[in-house]
Amino acid sequence: MAEAILQATAITAGYVPDLPILRDVSLTVRPAQITLIIGPNGAGKSTLIKAIAGLLPVSSGQIRFQGSDITGIRTDQLSAQGIAYVPQTDNIFRSLTIRQNLDLALRRAGGQAPTRLAQLFEQFPALAAKHGDKAGTLSGGQRQFLAIAMALATAPKLILMDEPSAGLSPKATQEVLEHARTLTTQGVSILLVEQNVNQALRLADHCFILAEGRNQLDGPAEDLRDNKIVGDIYLGNRRMGVA
Amino acid sequence: MIGVISYLVFFATTASILAIAVLGLNLQWGNTGLFNGGVVAFFGAGAYATLILGGTAQAGHLGGYGIFYPLALLGGMVVAGLMAWIVGLLTLRLRHDYLAIATFGVAVAFENLMRNAEWLAGGAKGVRGFERPLRTALGDGFIYNLAFFAVVLLILILTYLFLQRIVVSPFGRLLRAIREDEEAAQSLGKNPARIRLIAFITGSVILGLAGGLYGTFYAFVSPQDVLPTLTFQIWAMLIVGGAGNNRGAIFGAFLIWGAWTASGWALSRFAPVEVQLYTGSVQFILIGSVIVGMLMWRPQGFLPEHLVVSHKGKTKRKQQGEY
Repeated sequence: MAEAILQATAITAGYVPDLPILRDVSLTVRPAQITLIIGPNGAGKSTLIKAIAGLLPVSSGQIRFQGSDITGIRTDQLSAQGIAYVPQTDNIFRSLTIRQNLDLALRRAGGQAPTRLAQLFEQFPALAAKHGDKAGTLSGGQRQFLAIAMALATAPKLILMDEPSAGLSPKATQEVLEHARTLTTQGVSILLVEQNVNQALRLADHCFILAEGRNQLDGPAEDLRDNKIVGDIYLGNRRMGVA
Repeated sequence: MIGVISYLVFFATTASILAIAVLGLNLQWGNTGLFNGGVVAFFGAGAYATLILGGTAQAGHLGGYGIFYPLALLGGMVVAGLMAWIVGLLTLRLRHDYLAIATFGVAVAFENLMRNAEWLAGGAKGVRGFERPLRTALGDGFIYNLAFFAVVLLILILTYLFLQRIVVSPFGRLLRAIREDEEAAQSLGKNPARIRLIAFITGSVILGLAGGLYGTFYAFVSPQDVLPTLTFQIWAMLIVGGAGNNRGAIFGAFLIWGAWTASGWALSRFAPVEVQLYTGSVQFILIGSVIVGMLMWRPQGFLPEHLVVSHKGKTKRKQQGEY
């Protein structure tokens, strides 16, 4: 198996000091794969992705990216290392145009920015067609595509996606998740938090299940797809630690 | 006739100085979303520092350095910027209302310091002994005021052009992005804390410039010039004119200062004597009512923020909501 691009080990983190939401959570992301995190509401999925993204303090544990310790590094510094974070909502700048949103993300690209912009518009033709429009006028699905395009503009090796399907129709959800799949063919790794378990498990390579802030199960996504325990834990029918 | 023109020059000079201050606040609030509730502290820092640096020798308080006027004015801006740097490092982690409360506290502390520290700036008596630049050549009358107005107007235009350049630049876009969503900006590799601090300092330097010109115009500054009322007046100018729009900021300054002076004149002329005793209080009520009324019925101001699109040096503006 390929070496991990991201390795989180025994992470304890939360929003308030001394009140951890995550307790000793570990996970591994392999290159050019979609690694899925699922779990019931309040399991700590978004907390985990925010802790990895540097938005929350990690009180213990270690996060390594491509072999380097990135625990506690600020979100904006992670971007320079090749990690992009796509927040669940409010992930675009609605009062700016689509082009301005992308320009903002491309600022580090320097002389390559025009080429990269052209590539992004080729990849997301719906955005190209509306490049002069305010991002706030886009539909929910198009906004997620813009958020993903902005993340791609930073040339990431790993994208952290926090519930990209939040508020989207099933069709738009499918489109967004399928697009995430195509990104892995370009060598990008994805760590995905998702509520749409069935759709996400079909596209993911590996899956980690959290409940009550702890690891419950993990394994290849196709193995977990038909696993009864997955349904039980995901639906909250089983108590923590039984699995 | 000359009396009317003389008054208009006086009015326009004060309004232009205030317009510069409103432009500084607009960079902080309109473009970056920083709720500076202590505007008057940075305005006052510029005024006090300019007069202390450029003033003639004074016994009893700091000052009398007699520094060449443009350098004294620059010194006032630097002092306001340094104060903003310190205040910013301490408070910019706070959001919106908390930032407003903290900066308001800074302004109250500043006023109290100026009122009580006589060794620093003369205490309640204020800074004395400042000679207005070129006074011997131009005298104290209408010609001087006209020349000073020309200088202030030029500085206002330059400040406006400078800020317009910022608005259409990638940095201006970044400011608006941070105003809208810091987390999203951070995820793109931007450092919102640093950008917010830069915007706060730049806006405060402009407030300090306005304060320096104000102190120069009156050749005097005292704690009465740095009361919280001025903060609310400058905020009213921005809200009424249109936050996020530099033209709106200038328009609001002239409109509100006009309304302020007109209300004072009308009250002194037409109101019963017992009401005239409370002219200042009635004006404060009017300012408060204007702010509340605008926020309720036209929160975007008379000249709302425009969407600024700048590609390859070509800039066009579109009214918000046009798309």
